[in-house]
Amino acid sequence: MAIDQDTVRKIASLARIAISDAEAAAMEGELSGILGWVEQLGEVDVTGVEPMTAVIPNKLRLRDDVVDADPLTGGNRRDDILANAPAPQHGFFGVPKVIE
Amino acid sequence: MSEYRIKGETGEWEVVIGLEVHAQVTSNAKLFSGAATAFGAEPNTQVSLVDAAMPGMLPVPNRECIRQAVRTGMAIEAVINKWSRFDRKNYFYADLPQGYQISQLYHPLVGEGSLTIEADEKAGIPQAKRIGIERIHVEQDAGKLMHDQHPSMSYVDLNRSGVALMEIVSRPDMRSPAEAGAYVRKLRSILRYVGSCDGNMEEGSMRADVNVSVRRPGDEFGTRTETKNVNSVRFVMAVIESEAKRQIELIESGGTVVQETRLYDPDRNETRSMRSKEDAHDYRYFPDPDLLPLELDDAFLEECRASLPELPDAKRARYIAAGISAYNADVLTAEVEAARWFDALLEAGAKPVAAANWVTSELFGALNRLGTDISKSPVSPAQAAELLGLVADGTISGTIAKQVFEKMLETGDGAADIVEREGLKQTSDTGAIEAEIAKVLAANADKVEQYKAGKEALFGFFVGQTMKAMQGKANPQVVNELLKKALA
Amino acid sequence: MSDLTNLTVAQIRDGHRAGEFSAVEVAEAFNANVADAKALNAFIVETPDHAIAAAKKADADRAAGTLKPLSGVPIGMKDLFATNGVQTTAASHMLEGFVPRYESTVSQKLWDAGCGMLGKLNLDQFAMGSSNETSYFGNVISPWRRKDGGNAALAPGGSSGGSSAAIAARLCPAATGTDTGGSIRQPAAFTGISGIKPTYGRCSRWGIVAFASSLDQAGPMARDVRDCAILLENMAGFDPKDATSLDQPVPNWEAALSSDLKGKKVGIPKEYRLDGIDADIAAMWDAGIAMLKDAGAEVVDISLPHTKYALPAYYIIAPAEASSNLARYDGVRYGLRELPQGAGLQDMYAATRAEGFGPEVKRRIMIGTYVLSAGFYDAYYTQAQKVRTLIARDFDNAFESCDVILAPTAPSAAFGLGEKTADPLSMYLNDVFAVPASLAGLPAMSVPAALNREGLPLGLQIIGKAFDEQGVLNAGLAIEERAGFTARAEKWW
Repeated sequence: MAIDQDTVRKIASLARIAISDAEAAAMEGELSGILGWVEQLGEVDVTGVEPMTAVIPNKLRLRDDVVDADPLTGGNRRDDILANAPAPQHGFFGVPKVIE
Repeated sequence: MSEYRIKGETGEWEVVIGLEVHAQVTSNAKLFSGAATAFGAEPNTQVSLVDAAMPGMLPVPNRECIRQAVRTGMAIEAVINKWSRFDRKNYFYADLPQGYQISQLYHPLVGEGSLTIEADEKAGIPQAKRIGIERIHVEQDAGKLMHDQHPSMSYVDLNRSGVALMEIVSRPDMRSPAEAGAYVRKLRSILRYVGSCDGNMEEGSMRADVNVSVRRPGDEFGTRTETKNVNSVRFVMAVIESEAKRQIELIESGGTVVQETRLYDPDRNETRSMRSKEDAHDYRYFPDPDLLPLELDDAFLEECRASLPELPDAKRARYIAAGISAYNADVLTAEVEAARWFDALLEAGAKPVAAANWVTSELFGALNRLGTDISKSPVSPAQAAELLGLVADGTISGTIAKQVFEKMLETGDGAADIVEREGLKQTSDTGAIEAEIAKVLAANADKVEQYKAGKEALFGFFVGQTMKAMQGKANPQVVNELLKKALA
Repeated sequence: MSDLTNLTVAQIRDGHRAGEFSAVEVAEAFNANVADAKALNAFIVETPDHAIAAAKKADADRAAGTLKPLSGVPIGMKDLFATNGVQTTAASHMLEGFVPRYESTVSQKLWDAGCGMLGKLNLDQFAMGSSNETSYFGNVISPWRRKDGGNAALAPGGSSGGSSAAIAARLCPAATGTDTGGSIRQPAAFTGISGIKPTYGRCSRWGIVAFASSLDQAGPMARDVRDCAILLENMAGFDPKDATSLDQPVPNWEAALSSDLKGKKVGIPKEYRLDGIDADIAAMWDAGIAMLKDAGAEVVDISLPHTKYALPAYYIIAPAEASSNLARYDGVRYGLRELPQGAGLQDMYAATRAEGFGPEVKRRIMIGTYVLSAGFYDAYYTQAQKVRTLIARDFDNAFESCDVILAPTAPSAAFGLGEKTADPLSMYLNDVFAVPASLAGLPAMSVPAALNREGLPLGLQIIGKAFDEQGVLNAGLAIEERAGFTARAEKWW
């Protein structure tokens, strides 16, 4: 299915990627090509087939309710959390002000 | 059938209300990481690499959070889905580090259930009403944004990000602000009984999204709006009133209600649209590929069920069966802490009806006066049981008991000690009582005439005078019997 | 090039243990090769000190009698694995300068096993690509050249192009790769080395920059099958931090290596013999069949009927998962932030992601966003996941009549850089043989089998049943022993 530039812009907006007019025009062709190609999946008879939910049979394990049980997945490490922050502010992440 | 109607310009309108309550799950650690959930910590100190959505991080679900949601589902007699799945809800906001929230759209953990709100004539709820609950699912809470710390920046604190939430979605069964208020209060009570959420709306551990639409009685449902993050029962009711009015005015002046998200402004007591310039949210839900389907076995479910305490409705029924009035039963079961205090009082031997009356009037009255709540009651159930026992066995009268209670509050001493120390035992000495009665009747001969002529209410006056003369220490039953005899 | 850098992982490990050389000598030799090979652009960051420190520890452990399984072995680490204190970029401007405060589970296991790190290897950006031409830090150039005498720069394959180039050029004896739709196997085939993608869940994904969660798997790349087995044993294992991790013991793959395939059946999938298949590849495939027969296997024809739908299904599922996995790159907590004058939050997102992501990454995010969007979800995503079930079922059925499957790894030998970049689709078609095993989560490896008419390596792919890495490795070993592949890229850099 061909998608038009309007749709390209809508998707780019949903995906929060700014695109120029030139990029929108280029993407129109590229994405239409790719989407047209994947559409052949519609030929497959999937009656009675369930979508795959687990690649290899496995059970979802649950964690014990213990704080900071594993330091790698626990809290209490603000320095690490903020170490790569573009705009750390007194223990917070700074972002452009949002009006709610 | 709710009678609540709003009068518009062109006639009467009915309000249709559905509530989505977000309740923070009581657990030590977060839903998908080991960071702590406690309220009030320094910013970003309860944040793991997983919560901060660092590259390569993965979620692993916390068993206790699942357990609490299942227990809650059982408490509302809901279907528990042994197979459920996590889905990603994709959108961009600064309080959402992953750029998606792990939630459950397609296959929630808990299916249909219900709760019952009690009749409340004064509030316009003529009889008990069952409110349907469509589902409960488990999802991540978002972080917090602060907008007043810096002139050009908002500050992001991710401590709350990843805390487990239960989203409890009601059916659109409510028809008045009062019903909605009662629903929230009852739901909160159930959550606190179960222990799955502390229901603290001021701290944000429980908040409601209020869906409101209006229609002419008998018509199809109208278009609804959603007012998000309402954090008190009072505001829930105010939102419904204000939003219903707004919609009615809009429709009656020729407009149409737009399905949209709104925010409540308590200062102005109005809702306003949150519609942003961006396109409407397309959340692109899909099953989270980092998580497998959640499968619960019978042993897990049995443990959940066995761990449930006696729930409010069952407790209420038990109290009523014991002779306690429906009104008192409602009061006593509304708050789990009060109910448990009362149960302890019963276990200590107090008689149900007298105990219920005493707790709801004397104890609650005192707690109010002292500006405290039952969890900090200066008198324990055992001490209360002692006091009530002294009344039950005739040692003291009900009137004297009030005095003793005051002394107990003041001194912390036990009832029996106080009665002993202050010589407050009541007397059943018929001779002494007869003597006083004779004096009272002699001093009020005119009233005796009126009584014998038919003014029955004066009996109480004679009782009062006799009790006064005996400094309240006369056994009221005996006084009654002897007075009757004397006035016969 | 000193002799030490011609040694395999097994030879380094055993030679060091036997006292034939010091680990520091080995590390220094490889560090020198790395420093001398900037023209290949295989490394984004070189970490010679890390390699030396690990080597010193290995020599000390040898003296103290506390050797670890891989003491003395320096490796390259694909720059998709988070390394504590060392920049991790996923070959993207978005993560340029990002220094993790945590170590991925797989790399931690390798350091614990005694390995040293020579550097972070270049790759296709966010693991999206088949030629290592989408890296923000420039193309990786294959050490191989066509024998036509022209100096056309060739692709090393992708996305683990830095890994494959580095091993082929003797900059490291082995490296980690990741494979989502062929990103270990295809670059291994293009550069004449071996690489294995294990069963899904065998290696932990914790700390690996995620591309497509239900497909990504870490795996080793090295010069022979034994080395792959050794490395995989030290990379694999249950990780409670990864909910998709397999809770199964790691087999002793190296110890149980055997190229005796008596009693084994090898399936030849008829749908993989495409119309117009390259003649050299067809010949290699036939030669491979003969090799496995010679090793004692019985060869049977099998059918994988939904093969042709695997690639389109992959290019719906992988971008869909990626579009969500890459949403976290928004300039808020780490990585690049672009804040145009007066921009609000959402504008900051749009500007940051426009600036930080390369064109192929953007394309895939857009595709993924589209196929998940309202109105298209069922037609695309759900359909693709159903087709995926059918593809997995095809393999289940096929494995009723065979133990392993033999097929080419890629539809061509290495192509020239720039030859396929004009049309994204033509690049995607590179993955046609690799993607089905990825969708089904099955173990699959590539071993070098022949040189084509241009003098470039061709690889054979062995696909096995779930959890049967041993079967795959053994068949790979059988081919390796008979293929006599000793060709090496001649040093032009």
